[in-house]
Amino acid sequence: MDFTFTEDQIAFRDAVSRFFMTEAAPEQLREVWETGAGRSAALRKKIAEQGLTALSVPEAEGGLGMGDIDWALMTQELGYYAIPDSLADTAYLAPGLLAGLPAGHALRAQWLPRVVDGSCRIAIGHPVNPWVADAHLADLLLMAHPVADGCELHAVPRAKVELTVLPSIDASRRLFEVRWHPDTETRVLDGVAGAPQWAATLDRAALNVGGQAIGLAQRMLDLATDYAAQRKQFGKPIGSFQAIKHHLADVVTEIEFARPVLYRAAAALAAGEPDASVRASHAKLACAAAAWTAARKAIQVHGAMGYTWEVDLQMFMKRAWVLDAAWGDRAFHRARLGAALLDAETLPSIGPGTTFA
Amino acid sequence: MDLTYTPEQQAFRAEVRAWLAAHAPRTPLQSYDTREGFEQHRAWEAELAEHGYSAITWPKELGGRGAGLIDWLVFEEEYWAADAPLRVNQNGLLLLAPTLMEFGTAEQKARFLPRTARCDDMWAQGWSEPNAGSDMASITSRAIRDGDHYVLNGQKTWSTRALFANWMFGLFRSDPESSRHHGLSYLLVPLDAEGITVRPIKALNGKFAFAEVFFKDVHVSVENRVGEEGQGWHVAMATAGFERGLLLRSPARYQRTAKRLVELYRRHRGEAAHDGTLRDAVLRAWMGAEAYTLSSYHTVARLQHGAKIGAESSTNKIFWSELDLDMHETAMHLLGARAELIDDPEVHEWLEGFLFAQAGPIYAGSNEIQRNIIAERMLGLPKN
Repeated sequence: MDFTFTEDQIAFRDAVSRFFMTEAAPEQLREVWETGAGRSAALRKKIAEQGLTALSVPEAEGGLGMGDIDWALMTQELGYYAIPDSLADTAYLAPGLLAGLPAGHALRAQWLPRVVDGSCRIAIGHPVNPWVADAHLADLLLMAHPVADGCELHAVPRAKVELTVLPSIDASRRLFEVRWHPDTETRVLDGVAGAPQWAATLDRAALNVGGQAIGLAQRMLDLATDYAAQRKQFGKPIGSFQAIKHHLADVVTEIEFARPVLYRAAAALAAGEPDASVRASHAKLACAAAAWTAARKAIQVHGAMGYTWEVDLQMFMKRAWVLDAAWGDRAFHRARLGAALLDAETLPSIGPGTTFA
Repeated sequence: MDLTYTPEQQAFRAEVRAWLAAHAPRTPLQSYDTREGFEQHRAWEAELAEHGYSAITWPKELGGRGAGLIDWLVFEEEYWAADAPLRVNQNGLLLLAPTLMEFGTAEQKARFLPRTARCDDMWAQGWSEPNAGSDMASITSRAIRDGDHYVLNGQKTWSTRALFANWMFGLFRSDPESSRHHGLSYLLVPLDAEGITVRPIKALNGKFAFAEVFFKDVHVSVENRVGEEGQGWHVAMATAGFERGLLLRSPARYQRTAKRLVELYRRHRGEAAHDGTLRDAVLRAWMGAEAYTLSSYHTVARLQHGAKIGAESSTNKIFWSELDLDMHETAMHLLGARAELIDDPEVHEWLEGFLFAQAGPIYAGSNEIQRNIIAERMLGLPKN
């Protein structure tokens, strides 16, 4: 029993953090938003050079063969630096779906090496999300198509979809309504084979959002702490006042008790445990709630400065706000928990001694 | 990350489960805040100790079995799952013992710890005074050195279970010229010494759960001082850290409460359906208990890799105390009008727990003090 990360995992995380700190500073990200596409090919190339896009791809296809547990650390970095890019859709969720295909499947050979070298972008369309992020730049869209006996997987080239852009309050988001027609040419898995793949993708995506939310919460906490230490009123730093301290202490506590939930859910998903979905929903709810608390407290601590466009806090707040409903809103995930804990015919295995059983 | 128990840990779990199934009292003991209930609990503690289950993480020679922290989590899970009695000597086991392990002499450990494991010695705390609550450095009770002993004068209060305890650990001002956290000494005081008066205080539940303790020219041997003279604050803060930290409230306690709450909801789902917030509150209870458990396992893993628990133990104290309160409030709402009927079998434990939960955010350092500690020591915000 060793519920923590290896030194190698921590070292990789730290290297990625240092990379984002220099290559994706807030002023650089603001410049990227201003462009129409809202994405930087140069940044994506550098991210690939760091090995991030190779993380989830099996070693046989040129990747690092890692997975959910490693991503539980990496997604926090994506959130902490508010990376304006659906990187995880291409590098985490898409390889999950593609690597679930039989060995030797043409799509694997066609796309996985390109994920590794950072030369493609893959968007993911799932019924839980009404819209598809970054569809405009996608070389491939992996689309779910619910049918009577499950959920089909379709691989759709961008030329075969029609897009309508939907501007988001988060200037770094690029959301699209996607119109497309499933046909035998695009179908990769039938409903029965596709259903478990999409179920795992939904859980994985919930963890991806959860990890980003915790990273965002940590960033907003750090920004507010710095501000509270520097900003003076009544002749002293506002961080010396109990009211401010207690706002920030609450954020610390909420983050501290959300992170291990994320880690446990990642381990459950990696091991294919039967209650992985319950744990993923728990993680998503806890992490997103921590991010919303952090946003609310951080803007209060910043005072009027927090309400400006200029101060970077807004970038992190908006991302935290919009991610809350991505890959299942609170009602969706609470309903999953409620169905398992409260509505199931028999009481599930809960209570002392069941957390790792 | 390895989330499997070793064969040894699994065997230990099975052993504890079997032993508790055979030995744990079949009917609940009376409250340990009554004389009769206290004696029942003390007998149970002796039985635990006889089989090496009283303090499993202590070294064998001191009454434990040298077990690791994962074993401790496993033991607690089995203990709470078995509905075994509350631990009457938790002050001694969880607060004093870690301090003695770190600061006590070999003689002090040998003298007190085995007796504490068996509950031959039952411990009360001597921290708070009428004018030193959250501001504990305002302690004025004195212990003035006179040759080979100290002479104690003053008053302690909110001393949990002091009525039935025979010893107290606490902080006394040994340098009368000192102020604040300087000049304090950590002393072990026999409560049957001449000059001590214990006056019980009736608590919210109508029982004498704590007491005031008065000292008038009480002689205490210098052998009973833990750590150096004048270093008591340092010694006591280490204890306070343990208290808030991992040991005082094991996660299994809250997992048991959350499970009972889920069961309560499932029994009363018809009534609960009229109030959607109740359903959400029950889900949050399960999530909170699970989060606390996961955090504890994560902390233990970090300790095993050489990390130290610092100010983050304050987040624990806030989390479990507020979770406990939330869960019991939810139970009260689910029980509805019956919730006030103390003899109703479905209500009784919830109502007792609800009253006790009110104290959680106050004892062991109020949650306001914990938030200050988090802000100052974890975030580095200025003290003043």
